[in-house]
Amino acid sequence: MLSQQLVNGLVLGSTYALFALGFTLIFGVLRVINLTYGFYFSIGAFVALTAARSFGANIWVALPLGAIAAGLVAVVADWILLTRLRRAKAGELSSLMVTLGAVLALYSLMAVFIGTDIQRFPFGFVDNSAIEFSGIRISLVQMLIIGTTLVLVALLFVLLQRTKLGLMIRALAENEDAARLMGINVGLTVAAVSFLSGMLGGAAGVLIGLNFNAIQPFMGEHMMLRGFAVIIIGGLGDIRGALIAGVLLGVLEVLTAGYISSNAKEAVAFTILVLTLWFRPVGLFGRAQAKRA
Amino acid sequence: MSALLEVTGLHLGYGRTTAVKGIDLSVPVGGVVCLIGANGAGKTTTMRGLAGLLKPTAGSIRFEGADITGTAAHRIARLGIRQVPEGRQVFAEMTVDENLHLGGLQAPDSAEFAKRRDLVLERFPRLRERLSQQAGLLSGGEQQMLAMGRALMGAPRLLLLDEPSMGLAPLFVEEIFRIIGDLKREGTTILLVEQNAQAALEIADYAYVLESGVITLHGPGPEIADNPRVAAAYLGGH
Repeated sequence: MLSQQLVNGLVLGSTYALFALGFTLIFGVLRVINLTYGFYFSIGAFVALTAARSFGANIWVALPLGAIAAGLVAVVADWILLTRLRRAKAGELSSLMVTLGAVLALYSLMAVFIGTDIQRFPFGFVDNSAIEFSGIRISLVQMLIIGTTLVLVALLFVLLQRTKLGLMIRALAENEDAARLMGINVGLTVAAVSFLSGMLGGAAGVLIGLNFNAIQPFMGEHMMLRGFAVIIIGGLGDIRGALIAGVLLGVLEVLTAGYISSNAKEAVAFTILVLTLWFRPVGLFGRAQAKRA
Repeated sequence: MSALLEVTGLHLGYGRTTAVKGIDLSVPVGGVVCLIGANGAGKTTTMRGLAGLLKPTAGSIRFEGADITGTAAHRIARLGIRQVPEGRQVFAEMTVDENLHLGGLQAPDSAEFAKRRDLVLERFPRLRERLSQQAGLLSGGEQQMLAMGRALMGAPRLLLLDEPSMGLAPLFVEEIFRIIGDLKREGTTILLVEQNAQAALEIADYAYVLESGVITLHGPGPEIADNPRVAAAYLGGH
């Protein structure tokens, strides 16, 4: 029983981690709390769903399609909403409010087009079989979720630490003016960061949509609250922290639902969030605040 | 000698305040020109304007004969105008080697990149010893060397040095000026902003004195150094 719960928690936690990764990447590099991020999650899931329905795409086609579409939406959204604010060096509150307004408008717009009913991936989109060993059941979908998360996380780390683009992104995160002096095109680098984080959000949307097999426009909003908790618990802008906090939260939620009450599950994220802010405001794994000064 | 950089009537400001009020200056190919002045005279503002970090409100900047007024900072860097900014601005969380990589991002190919890196490490042996160390953990003098090495990785046609000796121990100040002297002998074109007017005037072919955003005096280095007003105001009196 417990080991089965742990497996389920790990699966849920992987999607939280994947979702939070893109969110924390935006904050870590661009210094904005971009609430439109939740929309990338919804749009990713929806594009995958549309691909599955309209030309029978399977998960291996639909997942990258959803991710890329969400990445493109993220680039456009950031460019339209935040370019002006960035130029005016507006504070974090302005970008928070602008993206809050925008994301609510975007959800509504999406609801106009696809309705608010819960929609499902067609039968045969993924292999629904499962494997069992020593009493633990893991479905192929669950393995896919954990596997995809691991692969995407590894790719992101390689990209940030080992490539020229990664070097440019880290330079921008640390000192924008100095990055310009190196000949780095900041506008393009910002677009690349938006694309990457949009892709991560979109991929998380497809995988969560798959996990619960329920897709509707406001799924991103629900997820966003969790994402917020995860990146604050993990330390704003801290990629490793977001991963650990995401998995931790998933496991704790499943255990709470299993051993206490499924109604109590909702309280877990925010209880930890409040405790974190009381006792360790830089996040569980955050380094000293100086890093973000 | 023809002018590599030609600045005419340059105005720069932040919001409503104008910090630089119509300056003219010229840097010849292979020359070392210095800009001296008190705190707040507009030296760093001028340097930020030349690097493209601040858009001029009036006037023009020409580089190799082409108008680059209002050009974006990353384009200016790619043209070969490389700045060592005030306060060094190294990427503190990255390693020394990564900082050098960032300086050499625009190198045309890996052979050229490797060549530049070798030259920089030859010039700054201390950096070679600390390649994998985090830049933020270096001493001030070492960070200054890293900032200079990083700029040299861009193979500058014009090197802008903003207060390279500020806040450094005397031994490092001496070393930094020795390196500037080396660069001068090798034919690097340099625009140097310094509070250490004495050392700057010794090395410069030509000097400008900036006061409250206006050039009040200019001429060959030794001539400026001998000017009684400069001696009293910037060289601690004679």
